[in-house]
Amino acid sequence: MDQIAPKSYKKRDPSLPKGRQVDDGALQEVKNLLKDMDIRRDMLIEALHLLQDGFGALHARHLAALAEVFKLAQAEVYEVASFYHHFDIVKEGDEAPAPLTIRVCDSLSCAMAGAEDIIAKLKGNVDPSKVRIQPVPCIGRCAGAPAANVGKFAMENTNAEELAAAVDGPSEAVIPDYENLDAYKANGGYQVLTKVLSGEISADAAVAVMSDAGLRGLGGAGFPAGRKWGFVRGYEGPRLMTINGDEGEPGTFKDRWWLESKPHRMIEGALIAAHVVGCEKIYLYMRDEYPAVIEILKREFAAVTKAGLADHAPLELRRGAGAYICGEESAMIESIEGKRGLPRHRPPYIAEVGLFGRPTLNHNIETLSWVPDILENGAEWFASQGYNEKHNGVRSYSVSGRVKEPGVKIAPAGIPLQELIDDYCGGMADGHTFKAFLPGGASGGILPASMAHMAMDFGTFEPHGGFIGSHAVVILSDQDSVKDAALNLMQFFKHESCGQCTPCRAGTDKMVKLLEADNHDTPLMEELMLVMRDSSICGLGQAAANSVNHLIKHFPEELS
Amino acid sequence: MSNSVTFTLDGKEVTASGDETIWQVAKREGTSIPHLCWKDAPGYRADGNCRACMVEVEGERVLAASCVRKPTDGMNVTTAGERVESNRKLVFELLASDMPTRDQSPDPEAPFWDQAELAKLGDDRRFPGGRPGAKKEIPVDSIFHDASHPSIAVNLDACISCGLCDRACREVQVNDVIGMGSRGMNAVPIFDLGDPMGLSTCVACGECVQACPTGALMEKTLLNDNATKRENYAEKKIASVCPFCGVGCQTEVSVKDNKIIKVDGLQGPANRGKLCVKGRFGFDYVMSPERLTKPLIRREDVPKDAHAKMTFGDIDSVFREATWEEALAKAAEGLKTVLDNSGGQALAGFGSAKGTNEEAYLFQKFIRQGFGTNNVDHCTRLCHASSVAALMEGVGSGAVSAPFTAADDSDCIIIIGARPEQNHPVAATYFKQAAKRGVKLIVMDPRKQGIMRLASHPTVFKPGTDVALLNAMLNVIIEEGLHDEQYIQAHVDGFAALKEKVKDFTPEAMEAVCGVSADHIRDIARTYATAERAIIFWGMGISQHVHGTDNSRCLIALSLVTGQVGRAGTGLHPLRGQNNVQGASDSGLIPMVYPNYQSVEDADIRKNYEDQWGRALDPARGLTVVEIMDAVTRGEIKGMYVMGENPAMSDPDQNHVREALAKLEHLVVQDIFLTETAWHADVILPASAQAEKPGTYTNSNRQVQITSPVIDMPGDARQDWELIVELANRVGLNWKYDHISDVYGEMASNMRSLDNISWERLERERAVCYPAKTEDSPGDEIIFYNGFPTKDGRGKLVPADLVPPDELPDDDFPMVLTTGRMLEHWHTGAMTRRATALDAQEPEPIVSMHPKDIGRMGFERGEKVVVETRRGSITLTLRADRDVTQGMLFIPFCFVEAPANFLTNPQLDPFGKIPEFKFSAARILKADSQVEAAE
Repeated sequence: MDQIAPKSYKKRDPSLPKGRQVDDGALQEVKNLLKDMDIRRDMLIEALHLLQDGFGALHARHLAALAEVFKLAQAEVYEVASFYHHFDIVKEGDEAPAPLTIRVCDSLSCAMAGAEDIIAKLKGNVDPSKVRIQPVPCIGRCAGAPAANVGKFAMENTNAEELAAAVDGPSEAVIPDYENLDAYKANGGYQVLTKVLSGEISADAAVAVMSDAGLRGLGGAGFPAGRKWGFVRGYEGPRLMTINGDEGEPGTFKDRWWLESKPHRMIEGALIAAHVVGCEKIYLYMRDEYPAVIEILKREFAAVTKAGLADHAPLELRRGAGAYICGEESAMIESIEGKRGLPRHRPPYIAEVGLFGRPTLNHNIETLSWVPDILENGAEWFASQGYNEKHNGVRSYSVSGRVKEPGVKIAPAGIPLQELIDDYCGGMADGHTFKAFLPGGASGGILPASMAHMAMDFGTFEPHGGFIGSHAVVILSDQDSVKDAALNLMQFFKHESCGQCTPCRAGTDKMVKLLEADNHDTPLMEELMLVMRDSSICGLGQAAANSVNHLIKHFPEELS
Repeated sequence: MSNSVTFTLDGKEVTASGDETIWQVAKREGTSIPHLCWKDAPGYRADGNCRACMVEVEGERVLAASCVRKPTDGMNVTTAGERVESNRKLVFELLASDMPTRDQSPDPEAPFWDQAELAKLGDDRRFPGGRPGAKKEIPVDSIFHDASHPSIAVNLDACISCGLCDRACREVQVNDVIGMGSRGMNAVPIFDLGDPMGLSTCVACGECVQACPTGALMEKTLLNDNATKRENYAEKKIASVCPFCGVGCQTEVSVKDNKIIKVDGLQGPANRGKLCVKGRFGFDYVMSPERLTKPLIRREDVPKDAHAKMTFGDIDSVFREATWEEALAKAAEGLKTVLDNSGGQALAGFGSAKGTNEEAYLFQKFIRQGFGTNNVDHCTRLCHASSVAALMEGVGSGAVSAPFTAADDSDCIIIIGARPEQNHPVAATYFKQAAKRGVKLIVMDPRKQGIMRLASHPTVFKPGTDVALLNAMLNVIIEEGLHDEQYIQAHVDGFAALKEKVKDFTPEAMEAVCGVSADHIRDIARTYATAERAIIFWGMGISQHVHGTDNSRCLIALSLVTGQVGRAGTGLHPLRGQNNVQGASDSGLIPMVYPNYQSVEDADIRKNYEDQWGRALDPARGLTVVEIMDAVTRGEIKGMYVMGENPAMSDPDQNHVREALAKLEHLVVQDIFLTETAWHADVILPASAQAEKPGTYTNSNRQVQITSPVIDMPGDARQDWELIVELANRVGLNWKYDHISDVYGEMASNMRSLDNISWERLERERAVCYPAKTEDSPGDEIIFYNGFPTKDGRGKLVPADLVPPDELPDDDFPMVLTTGRMLEHWHTGAMTRRATALDAQEPEPIVSMHPKDIGRMGFERGEKVVVETRRGSITLTLRADRDVTQGMLFIPFCFVEAPANFLTNPQLDPFGKIPEFKFSAARILKADSQVEAAE
């Protein structure tokens, strides 16, 4: 036999063309669900949400039909659907997930409050055909740790028994009392916007005030907001605006707090910024872990639109789907475009080439929430509220862990941590001695209590290999292991790495394994940190090992 | 266009164009930077994800990926040094930690390992492995090991998640099957919805295999029986050209022990490194045990039988082996006997569009010089004869006016009556890339097709109503004044008559005829006419009709009245079928013309050949393919020489054709296989496959390409061109050619089109587009820059009328049957049915029908059905295919078990003499009910 023998292969069905065929029934089901949705590529994730919500999972037959409706290849739909944790793909013949999912947070604050134990107990306590227990990363309820979402119903300071019982309770989000449009207006809201729109406050003046006020980007990067407005305006339009509501940094929950109490401060700030910078449309990307916020924004966007306040920059709400990386601004933009949330290379920066290739102004929720006050009361009013002349303005600190009164604390920029604990959080929790702290969530590092005298602000911790980021402060005590904390954080990063670049994809995996090993090879960890920091594409990989660095440097005894 | 920048690279000041990346500048400067996810080849976008190519940019906090980073003025870049080198080495060590070791890896010769050496990765694997492959625990059915596809093995234990396969599939080939699924450590390539590759929509172009830097995706032909580990390594690699379609992809063929083990795409002008499933995986037909290896003579005790059915195993019962001397003598003697007894007009020859230009030239010369007849034709008659007739009439040249790569420069592309994704897959990549760039793509066909997903204007119309649709477009263009008055005045005749003719073809009037809404007709007409640069591609859906010439006339009119020709990104391009159908036609393998389309009826031209060939030549045009068969039936033609053609499968109404073949007094078949035509032969001459022969081929783009033998011929098989010479000399022609290049030289001296394209130049450049103005300038890819090669230099518009298909559906035969090809099978299947990988994909005859029709008529997909027309019936498997519109049937004509051409209508287009393959009235029955009826 001269011919090369055919190796074994699966014989395909000759009665059909290649690949999965679209089923007419499934196609109709999908069309019924999409109704009058504008079929554009960037709506893909929204459409996937409709399917997930409507059918409890993403069934292969629906995905194939959806691909046809969107004129996309099946692979294009699948790779997006499989990227986000809130989507459950069910292939033909596979079992659909249980009708109810309990998502138990296992990120640091909740882990310190016993999440692992809850998950273990809960798994033995529920009927797996009815309830699925999923350990999930931070759900933004760190002050109420341990926390979980039963469907969309949030439970704080909970335990396994309570959660098991909650299976029969409500599974929808509870909408908290918040300041709605009427109330906000009654309190003087939208007057600044009116002044800006009318020209009473000119765009140039607004940029100047913002610059003088020293407001920094409070999503974590700390970029001066006024400067950002200045140079995004400089790029040729049409320009767009995005608002990053993907507050996924473990330990951070301030944006949820703002939106669940005073959403219009952010909305007014956004509408002002869009006008000043000349952005034609505003996209708000909200994390799916905050269903109540999503509902509030839906209502209030509609109200604002109806009131004619958003004519210059229509508001569009987009729902994330369970991916921390989409808090990275370029990954968020990819996600808004309906794609996998892979951070982009820089340059070009999104200010120049952002959403749909347009110059894009991107802001964090809290940052925008300060804008109306600043323009109303002046730069000096804001700047002077800093801890001292070196630090401008006030911030929202999300404080959790071993303090007596965790929560969102509005405090001066630059306040020493010890003062924040003592004066704002009622001191350490009973029986706990302050040992270490995370100044800025999972990526800002873990520093020893001996550094608690330092000013809580951008720039302070950088020389020490950390940063304040989103001001997510987690306090560890003598009862906590820094090594366990570092491992928890590395596991989080491994779980949330987008997988695009080698140093982060493989690095987070290897770092977890090195931390789990019996003998800690610290020189190897240090080499690994080097390549993660120097060669990762985005901040996630670059900063992921900060806590390990601090563990080696400040808590070597925990590695011996 | 792009500003140059000056920057410092490793201490040296260098200049870069604005488009260049640091990696590219470094390469130019002689600095090798490791790379994995960056493929240094046209069409591949740098993605910067693997981080193997990191460099240091002064003043930046982190390192930069040199493959994506573009230098800026004054930048100071360092490509070496401890920081850079340790980062790169660590990247490789991280990747290698999750992979099998080199000797355990699917492909120890994969580029990854060379790059790892460049990055100075030694044996260090200090990191714990995180993927199953690193621990050698790959579950057999896991996503990591997928052997479900006939041609490609997936071993993701070697995958580094670089996404090159994704870009290969989605951006280079635009087949859109591969994605990167999941995230983090689970981010690996997936097919469709995470399906096994073999059950996915994968079309096996193999671009992913060619791109993969690690061997995670590999040709099964190189692997062991488990499809996990390479065991075949090439001894030599030879540049060649693909033997299948008219695209003309250049290939690099890997050979071991005189066998082809692998084919890669080379950077040819037509394919730019790409191939399709046939070119990459369809090569083993050449090594088929069914190759003819001995000359054969029909046994005297076996009479010819029109209804004969043979398999390879039956050869000995019908034929006996002979020596070359005996076989050649008998072959020549038989032809000579017919000549002596009945005259030259009683002989005919079918040459081949699969052979070389040299073979085509020699073949037509043999028939004309040897027998004094012009009865020489080939399968172009069945493909684009009507297109060529219309083009010759309208613009004075039958060749394309622009290559399919002109799609790169186009703003609007029309594809009509063609399924390039199946039949010209590599040409289709340019159309799909254009559509993804946002270029307007108008795809018009009675059947739906995958490329319509990407089209701005998918347009499904009723079969056979091309003229109605196209005239309605012309109506819109002229009525709305979108035509180019200036261009028409300068270059085009016949506008007034065309205007008058199309006046009544309003979109509103034609809507009901062609089934396309008037609004849509207006939209596509405006889109085409108002585009800055628009081009039309068409296939056999246009040509294979009784109104095929009229169809083409309409397309030519669209192009000429809008001036969408003769400029970059514009033109007219009939997509040619066979690898050398352009070349065979150019070389004179047509009954009406000598080489380069010189009319046999022109006395001056004829005189030239009479002088060269030393005899009086036939002053009248010869018969065409279908006419020849009819003449055989009538007893007027008694002897034939068929080289590399298979009329018993390819021609319409095969009962008739096979009866004709069986009736011949003398039939010489020269082929590599025992084709259905050879069943009826008196003498069979075993010949050379494309991989074994030297010569030149001319593709659809007018690019003349050269090849040399890749492997030796099997057994006693001989070169086709030598066999023609042998026969010529045995009928007394006294030919003498020392080398194939002598043939090329003589041919080129008779063809102005090959001026400045010498054999030596072809050997040097491997591909040259004609016409070429000088020996050292590239050929003109775009022609008609300034008028047309007609006598007065002007184009001619010929209005077309509505002519219905010859045989309309009725109560007895209510369905419209159309025939054509499928991706895996080439033409009559003689080659591809014997290519194991291709036949594995499409192993049995099928008829495709819309699932709604299947349900409505009470059939079930997968069952055996009988399809009948007034000319015959065949039995095949029913396939449910939403691409086939309701009321239609589609049957590919490649299956000998159920030859579609038993059914087709031999009615001819009056100008091109092409049969109406695309439209017959048919009916479909359950297989069992038909058996009852028959017995």
